[in-house]
Amino acid sequence: MSDDIQAHLDSLRPFLVDGSPHAAALGFQLETITPNGASIRAPYREDLIGDPETRVLHGGVVTALLDHACGMAAFAAMGGKKANATLDLRLDYMRPARPGEDVLAEAECVKVSGLFAFVSAIAHDGDRDDPVARATAAFMVTKAGEAAAKRARAEMKAGASPISQVKT
Amino acid sequence: MIERLELLLSAPYVQKLGVRFDNHGDELTATLPYAEALIGNPLIPALHGGAIGAFMEITASAALLAATPLLALPKPIDVSVDYLRPGKPADVYARASITRQGSRVANVSVEAWQERRGAHVAGLRGHFLIKPAPQEA
Repeated sequence: MSDDIQAHLDSLRPFLVDGSPHAAALGFQLETITPNGASIRAPYREDLIGDPETRVLHGGVVTALLDHACGMAAFAAMGGKKANATLDLRLDYMRPARPGEDVLAEAECVKVSGLFAFVSAIAHDGDRDDPVARATAAFMVTKAGEAAAKRARAEMKAGASPISQVKT
Repeated sequence: MIERLELLLSAPYVQKLGVRFDNHGDELTATLPYAEALIGNPLIPALHGGAIGAFMEITASAALLAATPLLALPKPIDVSVDYLRPGKPADVYARASITRQGSRVANVSVEAWQERRGAHVAGLRGHFLIKPAPQEA
């Protein structure tokens, strides 16, 4: 069963990050996707600097990265067939990311309960024991998400890309 | 008031998002102009939650900079974001209010909306580390 889900998730790999215009615009790269977790890399980029004096990435980039990684973990844990929306995202910024270093977000779905998924994640720049930030998030399958996923499956059957699998 | 936002507005990421500020008296409204690159899910279509979260963090920083002369940009310590409605492919507006400002930490809340001020798309509460400029005697 879990192998089937893994195969399904693997088939969606090209769409989970690149299919989301905002994630693609920030240069995010999917590293791993499993039935209960996801990791996504944000390569260091000059255009994502938040403080010109320190050259540290903007906190908002880490916010978007953790939101996307958590959303993907929730999506995977719900079987990889229902688009979800973030209900709540709580973030601790524990230290500034080092200028010049990529940031990697590692998210794990703690529990799926009906329409809801509960996820925790950390973001680090090389040493996962010295995180940059951590997140706790809750996601929900919304009516809009379900309708979009249904349309995507229909389009997939017709040969188009299943981009609605990406989160909002 | 707006001139104190210069450093914030010069940050490459803030410029990339295209965030603008308008102030009337002591009220500061931020605008996140719609762009296709803000979309998280193209089939709904809905704005990326991370983009709205980042926009509200920028709005909170701007409110702190506008309120007091600071020696550095405010740094977020922790934030909690509530997503109330899917963000439509349209401009987003936000206003921040400073709940408490101490000498090192400020507590800020932000509300973001689109067509109707009363129908929030998201809200943020957070603590920010600030470095106020020494008061002149």
